[in-house]
Amino acid sequence: MATPVKVYGPPLSTAVSRVLVCLLEKDVPFQLVPVSMAKMEHKKPDYIKMQPFGQVPAFQDDDITLFESRAICRYIAEKYPNKGTMSLFGTNPLVKASMDQWLEAESQSFIPPSSVLAFQIVFAPRMKLKQDEALIKQNEAKLVKVLDVYENRLGSSQYLAGDEFTLADLSHLPNTQFLVEKTNRAELFTSRKNVSRWWSEISTRPAWKKVVEMQNA
Amino acid sequence: MVVKVYGPAYASPKRVLLCLVEKEIEFETVPVDLLAGENLTPDFLKLQPFGSLPVIQDGDYTLFESRAIIRYYAEKYKSQGTDLLGKTIEDQGLVNQWLEVEAHNYHPPLNNLVLHIMFNGHFGIVRNEQVIKESEEKLGKVLDVYEDRLSKSKYLAGDFFSLADLSHLPFTNYLVGPVGKGYMIKERKHVSAWWDDISTRPSWLKVLEICK
Repeated sequence: MATPVKVYGPPLSTAVSRVLVCLLEKDVPFQLVPVSMAKMEHKKPDYIKMQPFGQVPAFQDDDITLFESRAICRYIAEKYPNKGTMSLFGTNPLVKASMDQWLEAESQSFIPPSSVLAFQIVFAPRMKLKQDEALIKQNEAKLVKVLDVYENRLGSSQYLAGDEFTLADLSHLPNTQFLVEKTNRAELFTSRKNVSRWWSEISTRPAWKKVVEMQNA
Repeated sequence: MVVKVYGPAYASPKRVLLCLVEKEIEFETVPVDLLAGENLTPDFLKLQPFGSLPVIQDGDYTLFESRAIIRYYAEKYKSQGTDLLGKTIEDQGLVNQWLEVEAHNYHPPLNNLVLHIMFNGHFGIVRNEQVIKESEEKLGKVLDVYEDRLSKSKYLAGDFFSLADLSHLPFTNYLVGPVGKGYMIKERKHVSAWWDDISTRPSWLKVLEICK
């Protein structure tokens, strides 16, 4: 039996949790190796050897060391095509292209404003940093525009890429979880009928619920 | 019926054009004037709901996001033209890794430099020297990682030119050109050699010619 794959990083990190939920969806056994960012372990030489940008997560299996959460998810989906949720990577080339399109939209349009909001609203107070109200306002306005596009898309499509749950939907789980559960901005999502329906469906999947447990542990 | 690529004058669509040339796929270009707001018309938003470039039409099929488009064509035509994906699952893993690095680490600071230096006064951008300074510092740190990587590997993902290298061409072309910070590339021996190699590929020279 092959050794379990290793994921390095704290489960609370959005990028780390993206990889964890993918592994759980695909039924791929893994070992989570803690990395304390408070102790700057992600900037130490041993870690930098795996991830030269000093970011989390890093990933290892018998054949490779990889970084970048979405690249790791793709690798897992390609290496284990017949395990777990098989629709994750798209069941045909056109669905896969649609998945890629919405995964890129997530990276380019959803992540920047949602990350700023999550940081400013959830993390800045915890780190005793002053919140930047102008930045919050600006990024909320950007996120609203993106969610309007999603609202429209999800009115004619069950999931972002099509009829089935794919990596494109999965990738949204970490940041949305923060915004819906840990801030008072949940209504950005819950006030939009189709987005709200989609969020209920994807966030109650057993794999994601397990990751949330790991985050709260 | 040939693939239509919207917005050839701009950088992101050039990722697509370059991929299509490498894969020997015929295409047409459709101009879109961002400064005149042609990306915000209802007709355009039907194609690309975020109002960004590029978008492609291949018969009835529409696809947006340049990195999604290049993945689609690189896979669909895997056995034709240059193999941009890598032969093994592990090679493909590395291509995807460095393509993500380009999207998340390289592109954002470089895009800030492009917007503030080249597009000052447009799209609501007001040139901000602090943003320029911080973006140059961030980009420099990323290039230091590239310098180390390219001292051990001819191209980013390995010994083969891939989507990961390709994705860097259009905006790096701005960096060494109108942005005026070519020294960031030239001062780094291995990055410089890599840039000299990829920027003189006949396919890239062809894209620049088409888009003149």
